Amino acid sequence: MKKVFGRPESLTEVPFTYCPGCHHGIAHRLVAEVLDEFKVRENTIGVCPVGCSVFAYLFFNVDMICAAHGRAPATATGIKRVKPDSIVFTYQGDGDLASIGTAEIVHAANRGENITVIFINNAIYGMTGGQMAPTTLVGQVTQTSPYGRDPKTMGYPIKMAEMLSTLKRAAYISRVALNKPANIIKAKKSIKKAFQVQLDKKGFSMVEILSTCPTNWGLSPIEASKWLEENMIPYFPLGEFRTPEEVA
Amino acid sequence: MAKIVIDEERCKGCELCLAACPKHILVMSENFNKKGYHPAKQINPEECTGCAFCAMTCPDVAIEVFK
Amino acid sequence: MGEKMLMKGNEAIGEAAIRAGCRYYFGYPITPQSELTAYMAKKLLKMKDAAFVQAESEIAAINMVYGAASTGVRVMTSSSSPGISLKQEGISYITCSEIPCVVVNMQRGGPGLGDIQPAQSDYFQAVKGGGHGDYHLIVLAPSSVQELVDLTMDAFDLADKYTNPAMILGDGLLGQMMEAVEFKERPKVELPDKSGWNLTGCKGREHRYVVSFDLDPNILEKWNLNINEKYKKLKEKEVRYEAVNLENADLVIVAYGTVARIAKTTIQMAKKEGINIGLIRPITLFPFPEKIIASTAVKTKKFLTVEMSLGQMVEDVKLAVNGKAEVNFYGRAGGIIPSPEEILKEAKKYL
Repeated sequence: MKKVFGRPESLTEVPFTYCPGCHHGIAHRLVAEVLDEFKVRENTIGVCPVGCSVFAYLFFNVDMICAAHGRAPATATGIKRVKPDSIVFTYQGDGDLASIGTAEIVHAANRGENITVIFINNAIYGMTGGQMAPTTLVGQVTQTSPYGRDPKTMGYPIKMAEMLSTLKRAAYISRVALNKPANIIKAKKSIKKAFQVQLDKKGFSMVEILSTCPTNWGLSPIEASKWLEENMIPYFPLGEFRTPEEVA
Repeated sequence: MAKIVIDEERCKGCELCLAACPKHILVMSENFNKKGYHPAKQINPEECTGCAFCAMTCPDVAIEVFK
Repeated sequence: MGEKMLMKGNEAIGEAAIRAGCRYYFGYPITPQSELTAYMAKKLLKMKDAAFVQAESEIAAINMVYGAASTGVRVMTSSSSPGISLKQEGISYITCSEIPCVVVNMQRGGPGLGDIQPAQSDYFQAVKGGGHGDYHLIVLAPSSVQELVDLTMDAFDLADKYTNPAMILGDGLLGQMMEAVEFKERPKVELPDKSGWNLTGCKGREHRYVVSFDLDPNILEKWNLNINEKYKKLKEKEVRYEAVNLENADLVIVAYGTVARIAKTTIQMAKKEGINIGLIRPITLFPFPEKIIASTAVKTKKFLTVEMSLGQMVEDVKLAVNGKAEVNFYGRAGGIIPSPEEILKEAKKYL
């Protein structure tokens, strides 16, 4: 028998520090598989964020730098401008990318930085213990929206993929989900497309990945996947918002 | 002919693989691993088709699939 | 090399950086240093294997510097006081990550938005760390356009040597001033190899990372101690200052940058009146020239620290003098430059 599924080379052996059932691990594996498939592991520099995935530099078997909170797209810009032939990606959560780092992500996309952004949207702050994120759904209860998110004072959840796809130099923008095998297969395809865009030097690419945070949602991992399907996907529709063909 | 190998020490007992398996041949073991989780285990291995859905959904990359 | 040309201070820094091998600049416009940003744009956008990015903010600019520096290249950013405040988070991360870069601060009046006139009120921020955590920058204080050139080049070498950010602490006057400068042939310096830490992609080796944290306090303490060792070495080996007329001085002025220039005129004026005034001009503000100040305090009993601030460097002078002499202070704030006459008048108070 032949091994048809195993640990990609672009992941180290270090066990993930994420809570049971957290989708970060799936997202890590998909990115790593794509790097393996393009055979670019040894020519890749990753930028990890502040948040639960702050330790991603231990998990990805590629050169990594840990940026300040929200600044990963700026740090990645610095790297890519020096090494235009390296593969550069950022891995960011919703607090990082859609709150504190909104300026950096918008302008990296607007300049068309030839980097790939992996954006984990789980509608909550994980590492700090479950506070409201810019992507927290209306009515969703968190530590800092204890009576539910009220759009009158807290605004509506930000749709980053849609927002960024209004920018002319954003070459590939998509939203995927990791709640079931069929969606995971689609997510992988999308991540592969995003890195292909970078390899082809077509400009900025971002995949927004709807993910669960069972611990801070207060749900079991299986319930969390269901909650994502029933609550997040209707508000954050899946699909491609921008493709290189539209840019050209 | 297909086979899966679960790295029990990586498993955190999240049960996502149980929900993903179309043949329902994954269950939680009664044993604990070193981290204190009940790891997943396969029953009726002859029914496994090697679809890899379990491995795909495993957030800890704890499952290998052979075909 | 070797030719003399007339250059504006801000542009001279840019030219010096490029001649020092800096091909990457990330910045955000702010008065009174915008000519430097513009100079780098003009030059670097036309060069191969080079990049100029006008960032969306000073915060983004310093984090671009972080990324570029992590690959091992020479990289610079520049700003003026309020913009430097915005860069502090990034500077703290870069220092903890132990990678080199050069930051230029052409100071203006503060606090807050302040004004756009020259000042020296960012001394504390520059020499005591500036951001969070236990760290220092290597701080160089030029006092002429020629020194802007020489010290900018030195800053890149020192940053590489100590894998620590270096800061050029100038002010709006130096940046706007035009003087003849010479780009001198520089002796080759042996600098540490960056191949042990820079990010290149992990071809042929284990993957590596540049980070500024460790959750284990024992490891983080050791990390801090290692960084601190570099500061001890800097204090031993890299202290620079200019001493003027210290023999038999009735009073010694301690001043840096623009104020030191003015104080030299004060010394000439005093001489005509038969008053002997000396000057210690720190060229490195960190490491601070403590020893020369301490040894001078044994001979001269009167010091006058003059700053374009309400008293910042004077604290370091007092620490160096350590009670052995009288330390007085004169300062102007808000972007006012003291005149030679007013410094002399002030000095006479203590004689």
